[in-house]
Amino acid sequence: MYAHLFQQTGTLVKLILRQERLKFFIWLFTLVVVTLAAAAAYPNVYTDEQSRLGYALTMKNPAMIAMLGPGYALEDYAAVGPILSTDMLIFTVIAVAVMNILFVVRSTRADEEDGQLELIRSLPVGRLSYLSASIITAFITNLLLALLIGFGLYALNIEGIDLAGSLLYGFNLGAMGLLFAVLTALFAQLAETSRGAMMLSFAALITAYLIRAVGDVSNETLSFISPLGWAVRTDVFVGNEWWPVLLSSAVAVVLIVVSLYLNSIRDLDAGFIPARKGREHASPFLQTLFGFTLRLQSVNIAAWGIGVLLLGAAFGAVMGDLETYFANMELLQAFFLAEGPDFSMAEQFIALLMAIMSLFCAIPAAMAVLKLRGEENKNRTEHFYSRAVSRTRLLAVYVLVAVLVSVIMQLLVAFGLWSASVAVMEDAISFETIFNAALVYLPALWIVISLAVFLLGVAPKAVGLVWFYLAYCFIVVYFGGLLDFPQWAKNLSVFELVPQIPLDDLTFKPLVMLTLGSLIITCLGFLGYNRRDITG
Amino acid sequence: MSLVEIKGLTKKFGNFTALNDVNLSMNKGEIFGFIGPNGAGKTTTIRIMLGLLKATKGEVKIFGKDAWKDAVEIHKRVAYVPGEANLWPNLTGGEVIDLFLKMRGGGDRSKREELIKRFDLDPTKKCGTYSKGNRQKIALIAAFSSDADLFLLDEPTTGLDPLMVRVFQECVREVKAAGKSVLLSSHILSEVEKLCDRIAIIREGKIIETGTLSEMRHLTRTNLTIKTKEPVVSLEELKGVHNLHEYDGELSFQVDTEEMDGVIRYLSQFGIVKLESAPPTLEDLFLRYYTRAEQADSRLGGR
Repeated sequence: MYAHLFQQTGTLVKLILRQERLKFFIWLFTLVVVTLAAAAAYPNVYTDEQSRLGYALTMKNPAMIAMLGPGYALEDYAAVGPILSTDMLIFTVIAVAVMNILFVVRSTRADEEDGQLELIRSLPVGRLSYLSASIITAFITNLLLALLIGFGLYALNIEGIDLAGSLLYGFNLGAMGLLFAVLTALFAQLAETSRGAMMLSFAALITAYLIRAVGDVSNETLSFISPLGWAVRTDVFVGNEWWPVLLSSAVAVVLIVVSLYLNSIRDLDAGFIPARKGREHASPFLQTLFGFTLRLQSVNIAAWGIGVLLLGAAFGAVMGDLETYFANMELLQAFFLAEGPDFSMAEQFIALLMAIMSLFCAIPAAMAVLKLRGEENKNRTEHFYSRAVSRTRLLAVYVLVAVLVSVIMQLLVAFGLWSASVAVMEDAISFETIFNAALVYLPALWIVISLAVFLLGVAPKAVGLVWFYLAYCFIVVYFGGLLDFPQWAKNLSVFELVPQIPLDDLTFKPLVMLTLGSLIITCLGFLGYNRRDITG
Repeated sequence: MSLVEIKGLTKKFGNFTALNDVNLSMNKGEIFGFIGPNGAGKTTTIRIMLGLLKATKGEVKIFGKDAWKDAVEIHKRVAYVPGEANLWPNLTGGEVIDLFLKMRGGGDRSKREELIKRFDLDPTKKCGTYSKGNRQKIALIAAFSSDADLFLLDEPTTGLDPLMVRVFQECVREVKAAGKSVLLSSHILSEVEKLCDRIAIIREGKIIETGTLSEMRHLTRTNLTIKTKEPVVSLEELKGVHNLHEYDGELSFQVDTEEMDGVIRYLSQFGIVKLESAPPTLEDLFLRYYTRAEQADSRLGGR
C-alpha cells in the first residue's frame, strides 16, 4: 500500500554503503581488534582466581560503578568474562553510539543540507527511501559488528568466554548502536541543520551516561531510564539476560516508525524546530575576526563545556562514597595501592580520571583548529582571503580559540570535580591539587592542537590523523598496563609524559618541553599553511 | 601601467595543467570580460589573482604588486564575488555583510542600506534559509558597498532573477563611472557583450583571443538576411559565404567581413528588396573560436 514511499530503497542502501564503506571498515576494524585484543590479554593478566577477585574488589566501589556500571557479584569475577565486560562494555557501547551518530547525521540531515537529497528525491525514488536506506545501512553495520564481535570472542577460545555470552556481548553492542542510530535519525527530523541534529544526539548520549552513572550509584530505578543503564545489565557471561537487547531493539522499532512518520509529513530542508528571525546588523564583537570565529564555534564549545563540567561533577559526587567505602579497609588499600599507601583511593582515582578527561577535552580543542579546514572545504575561507585578511592572522585566531578552549575545558573539569567532591567528602582534596592535576595536562593538549595545525598546514587532506592519534593515546591510557605496551610505545602518547598529580610530583621539565614542542610544531604548521594552495 | 598584469602564468595540479602560459592585462577604468566554457580555467585564474592558489610559473601583478606575496595589501582595494557564495547557515545576511565590510576595513553604511533595498534582500534571515540567488545577493551587496578599486566577479549573476541581473548591471556601470575596474567572468555572453570594454576568451587553460568586441568582430562574419526581386543563383559558390539558409523566400547567411564588398556587388544584380545586417553576437564569436579550435585539434590528431 505504501510501497511507493519506499521505492528504490535497495539502490540507495548500496549508494550509501559505497560512500561510507571506508569509514565503516575503519570503525568496525578498530572496535573488533580492540575488543578481541583486550579479551585475549585478560587471561595473561589475571592468571589465577585470586588476582581476579583482587580486581573485583577494586571495581566494587562507587567511583568505578559510576564510571563503568554496577558490574557483577564478587564471586562471579572468578572467570575472565565478567572482567572483560566490566572493563570494556560501557566504553565500547559509547564508541559504537558515536559511530552511529556520526554516520546517521551524515547520511540524513547533512546530505539533505548539502542538496544531495534534493537530487535523489527528484528521481523516481520514494519519499521515505533515503531515510529508510540510512536506517537499513545502520542496521546492517550494527548486525555485522554484533556477529564479528560475538563469533570473534568465541573464536578466541578463552575459558569462561562461551558462545552464548560472546553472542550476547556482540548483540548488546549492536542493539545499542542501532538504538542510537535511530535516535539520531529522529533528531535529524526535528532539527533543521546537521549541526543541530549532531548536538541533540550527543547531548542524548551524554545524558544517558550521566543518568546511568548517578542511577547505578544511588538509585537503580533511575538507571532504567537510560539505554546505557540497560546495556550494563545483561549479566553477560554469567546470567546472560537478553532483555536489554530486546528492549533496545523494541524501542528502536518505535523510534523508526516515529521518524519515518515525521519524515513523511515534513518538507524537504524543513525541521520541526522553527527558525527565528535574526539580527539585521552584526554586533561589534562579531565584526572582529576573533569574535566571528568564536561565534561560529560557540554552540559547540558550550555543549562540550557543559558536558565536561557535568562529567567532572558526576565523578566528584561519587568520591564521598568512595572515601567511606575504603575508610576501614586498610588491607584492601594495601593491596590496591601499588603506588604505596601514601595516596588515598580518591587521589589515585583523580590521577586516572584526569588522564581520561584530558583526552576527552582534547577533542573540542582539536576541533577548534580543524574547523578552519571545514570552512575551507565549504569554500568559506575565500571570503576572508579575498579581503584584507592574511592567512597567518586567520589561522592564529583559530589557534587562539583552540588554546582558549583547552584551558576552559580543563578548568571546567577541575571545577566540576572539586565543587562536587567538596560537597560530599569529609576529608576533601584541596582545590589546588585538583586544579594542578587538571592544568598539568594543558601542554599535552597543546601538542594535540599543534598537531592539528601542522596537518592543516602541511597535509590538509590528512587532518583526520589527529583523531587516530587521540584514539591511540586513549588506548595507551586505558589499556597501557593491561596490554603490556613497551615504554617507547607508551611514550608516543604525550599524555604519558605528563606528571600524574597527585601521584607524581609537579615537575616542570616535561611541561616546558611539551610546550616548546607544541610551539615548534605550530610554527611549522603556519609555514606550511602560508605556502600551500587554498582550495576555497 | 596596467592595473592587472599577468605574464606567462602556468598552474599545474599534479600532472594536470589547468593554466598554460596565460597572458592578460587590464587597464584602469576598464570592464574586462573573461569568457570560456566550464573547466577552462577562469576560476583558477581568479583564485591565483587572489593569492589563494600559488602559480606554478609566471608573474601575476595587481596594482603593481605580487598577487601571492602582497595578497593582503592588494585585497584592501579588491572586491570579490564568487560564483557560488557559501555562507554560514547560522548567521543572518545582515551580519555576514557587516562582517565582510569590516574585513576589508569598513565600507559605506548608507550604500549598504541602499543596495539591500535595491537588491530586495531581507537581511534578518539566516543564511541557511536563503536561496542560491539570495546568497549571491549578499556577496554582491558586500562587494558593491565597499570602496574597492578592482572588482573580481566570478560568474556573479548565477541564480539571480532577470530583475536582479539588471540591478547588477547598473551597479557595474556605476562603479565604472566612478573610475573603478571590473573583471567579469561569465557564461552569459549577452551580459559580457553589454558591459565589457575588452574580452578574453580562454579555452583549456589557454587564452585564445583578446581584444575589444569590434576588433574581434572584424575578424569574423556578419549575419545577413536578404530578399530579392529575382531568385539568387549559386550564392553558395561565392567566396566568403557560409551557412546559407532559405526561409519563407528570404535568404539568410554569414559573410566573411573581408569578402563583404564582393558579395554585396554580386547580390545587387538580383534587385535587393530587403537587406538586414547584424553584427555577429558574442555567442557566434565564441562558438566559432571554440569549434575552430576543436577542428584544429582533430586535424593535429589531438583529442
